[in-house]
Amino acid sequence: MTNLQSLEFFVPEIILVIIVIAALITDLFLKKSKTDLIGWVLGIGLIIVALSIINLRNVPPTTLFLDMIVIDPFSSFIKIVIILSTLLVIVASWENHELSDYRKGEYFTIMGIMVIGLFLMSSTVDVIMLYISIEVVSIMSFVLAAYLKLDTRSNEAGLKYVIYGAFSSGVMLFGLSIVYGLAGSTNYFVIQDSIAALDSSANPALVMGLLMIFAGFGYKISAVPFHFWTPDVYEGSPTTITAYLSVAPKAAGFAMIIRFFHHVFSDSNALSSNMVGTTDMPWPEIMGVLAVVTMTLGNLVAIQQESIKRMLAYSSIAHAGYMMLALPVISVNAIEAIMIYLFVYLFMNLGAFFVVITVKNKTGGETFDDYKGLGWDMPFVGCVMTLFMLSLTGLPPTAGFVGKFYIFKTLVGAGNSFYWLVIAGGLNSVISLYYYFHVVKVMFLDGQRSDKVMQPPVTMFGLLVVTAVPSLLLGLYWNPLISWVKESLVFYSQAL
Amino acid sequence: MDNILSLLIWLPILGAIVVAFIPRDKEDIIRYTAAGFTGVQFIIAILLWRKFEPGNGSMQFMERLEWIPSLNISYILGVDGLSIPMVILTAMLFFIGVFVSWNINKAVKGYFALYLLLDAGVIGVFLSLDFFLFYIFWEVMLLPMYFLIGMWGGPQREYAAIKFFLYTLFGSVLMLVGILGLYFTCGKTFDILLIMERAPEALDGVLWWGMSAAKVIWVLLFIGFAIKVPVFPFHTWLPLAHVEAPTAISVILAGILLKLGVYGIIRVNYGILPNAVWWFAGGLAILGLVNVIWGGLCALAQTDLKKLVAYSSINHMGYSLLGMAAVVAAGAANGGDLKAAQAGLSGAVFQMFNHGTISAMLFILVGVVYERAHHRDIDGFGGLARQMPIYTGVTALAFFAGLGLPGFSGFVSEAMCFIGAFPVFKTIVVLSTIGILLNAAYFLWAFQRIFFGKLNEKYKDMSEINGLELFTVIPLAVITLFFGLYPRPYLDLIRATMDQIIEKVAFVANFASM
Repeated sequence: MTNLQSLEFFVPEIILVIIVIAALITDLFLKKSKTDLIGWVLGIGLIIVALSIINLRNVPPTTLFLDMIVIDPFSSFIKIVIILSTLLVIVASWENHELSDYRKGEYFTIMGIMVIGLFLMSSTVDVIMLYISIEVVSIMSFVLAAYLKLDTRSNEAGLKYVIYGAFSSGVMLFGLSIVYGLAGSTNYFVIQDSIAALDSSANPALVMGLLMIFAGFGYKISAVPFHFWTPDVYEGSPTTITAYLSVAPKAAGFAMIIRFFHHVFSDSNALSSNMVGTTDMPWPEIMGVLAVVTMTLGNLVAIQQESIKRMLAYSSIAHAGYMMLALPVISVNAIEAIMIYLFVYLFMNLGAFFVVITVKNKTGGETFDDYKGLGWDMPFVGCVMTLFMLSLTGLPPTAGFVGKFYIFKTLVGAGNSFYWLVIAGGLNSVISLYYYFHVVKVMFLDGQRSDKVMQPPVTMFGLLVVTAVPSLLLGLYWNPLISWVKESLVFYSQAL
Repeated sequence: MDNILSLLIWLPILGAIVVAFIPRDKEDIIRYTAAGFTGVQFIIAILLWRKFEPGNGSMQFMERLEWIPSLNISYILGVDGLSIPMVILTAMLFFIGVFVSWNINKAVKGYFALYLLLDAGVIGVFLSLDFFLFYIFWEVMLLPMYFLIGMWGGPQREYAAIKFFLYTLFGSVLMLVGILGLYFTCGKTFDILLIMERAPEALDGVLWWGMSAAKVIWVLLFIGFAIKVPVFPFHTWLPLAHVEAPTAISVILAGILLKLGVYGIIRVNYGILPNAVWWFAGGLAILGLVNVIWGGLCALAQTDLKKLVAYSSINHMGYSLLGMAAVVAAGAANGGDLKAAQAGLSGAVFQMFNHGTISAMLFILVGVVYERAHHRDIDGFGGLARQMPIYTGVTALAFFAGLGLPGFSGFVSEAMCFIGAFPVFKTIVVLSTIGILLNAAYFLWAFQRIFFGKLNEKYKDMSEINGLELFTVIPLAVITLFFGLYPRPYLDLIRATMDQIIEKVAFVANFASM
């Protein structure tokens, strides 16, 4: 589709751009204490964007801007996930006391720009657009991570993020240029055909290129061994940004990986096809090993953490690992499982971070000591945190179990060469129980009954309810979710 | 009364919700509410038993609802001769447990809310006939149990609670893989009855890594259940959890939760993989022997009375395993001895029930003396017989029941297990009789040290067992004595279902030996 024709289907992104500009201008006229208003501007804007995405749902999958990006139900699903997490984080940002010394105008504006980047990441089918969208998201994340400019740890987070981000995107760009050299095109579909036609003498270059590209992807979803930035960045950033980074870019990152691997590696455009090796490398095994190493390392290091925020950072590495388990089998079922996982992970992980914000507002700390007796002082917060911990561990009847169940089901269903991944994933949930329940232990078992029971502020209470209810309900009844996911499992694919 | 089984499950959940809404200072109201809900549940369980047709070996009172159609998950409940005694036992022990917990003062509201949730989880496992539902209930039990041990337990409670949690979760993860394996090999369904029908054929000749898939699934499921039983070497969580848990929770743990393991093995492993029973029976008998001897020896070495009772559970569950292994006697290769198989399997199921009542009694009695002396050191007492004659009498009864004296129900079921297993596993049965000796030795020795000899001066003001405590023990003692003298009603209740299981295993065995 030509550029001009495409605009009609690009309405959500156009609205976003207008909102971002409006936010920037409004900010100029506001006093520091009033900058929360920009959050309203962005929030309401995002709801309009969501409506316009829903409005476009009946458009048949197609490419826009001369095969740069696509519009299809899969990208809409990821966009809705991104909007949901952004909305929740905006509301939480009003309540986050860490930010109260700063103007929040730029904060919300940058978040809006990041959403544009995430949208593009989830819908790109061209390596140039892939690189640009990753960079948009990364640069905005650097700024947000360092937003607390008077806090040295936040500055450290931003700087570390820049260095790792610059390095890994450099590596990825190198990889992309090699693949371009081999395929002669930047378009996924052309790359797919050209790679299939290559003879084996090109294999070393191709393998090299793909590994480098994967380094860039791995950085975005914080997969081992590209995860080193995660703990420090997550710990130093404002907690709302930590929560955001652990969910939204991850969702977009997985969408990008799924699309890339699915288009470049499958033997046809059909979704049912399994990943095929166009090179002599055992790709499924490599991905499997990476997944297992990612979750095991995340879990083992999480056990040793003193700070709950840092523990959740490592736990989010582990969760990236669980989702990566489905990548070796990149079938319909696997993509479906990752989509379900992303959706439930959104609620349980954001919920856990919201509890961290609540506690930090109250006690000023985020170590295990600050949580001592929380279950008695703030019973509601203690109970929902227990629910989030249960859900992150993956125990029924919570949403986290449903997520893990679909991943395991995919692997068992894909034949017995993948059983070892199931066993590894299962054992990892057992390991994770230990540190997740350390939180529960500290909250309930180490405390005493207190006489004055406190409730969190109304906004925070609302946020916790909004995240806790799906974390439980989706574990008991997830028919609507699964049917939505199944409907969204339509990729744009080029007619043969 | 169409939904009587759902009522049994959802009533305690409703109770937990009601308790959650009572102000936390109204402690007595909370206690009476819990007693009310478990009491009604017990009455419903009795009604269920009255309406149950013992002659019919298949599932009764079935309920079926669609739940997640895209995965073929349904809400299926049913009860047969294997589960009905367990349902009644569960309802009874949870009702009695409320009175055992009457003295709990710390966070009463939380305690009873979790207690009722645990109740629902346990009943749910016994009644569910859909693997997904079964697994959910299996896991739902863990959280209340973690808190009940971790918050209301003894000094090492936190360690005990997380150890229990980690062990069980480890087992259930393997179980989940086994369940998924069955799901995919048996035509994508979680319906246990459907899988039972299809599995022997569907798994025939299927190989995973060069091993028979049936055997791999058997082992995965078995480990999950064995941790609950607990079978040596997965037993190390048990003594700790028992010792640290408050009395009522020890009662529930020993009386019901351990039975879930045996129940699971018979319902799932036997029902779905009869081929593999044939393969694994020898191992089961040996594990039974190890449990009997190891549990007995460990019990003999304890100085803590509660730990002694805990190890006696390991010892007693060993007999059950032995009895279960006897099913293979019905196979043609073993002479088609149907009577031995019946004796063994019924003995194993009867032993489950008897150990449920006897160990409940023992734990309540340990709780009674701990309440007064604040320690459980066997050597720290002495001469209590003169001080507390009634308590001594009741304890003597419980100890005799525990050591399997004729006239008590434990004797009947243990004898049945031995009789059943003897034709096939002669050496193992002979060796396990050492366990009976150990069993008698540790109980009698402990009894002697606590009740006879000179009265310890510290305890000369110790008060006699009170009415409430007697109220919790006497019904259990009566049941033990009744079934010891006249086990027929129980055996009639389960016979038809036992025969079905045996027939299934024996048929496959004949089939395999041809």
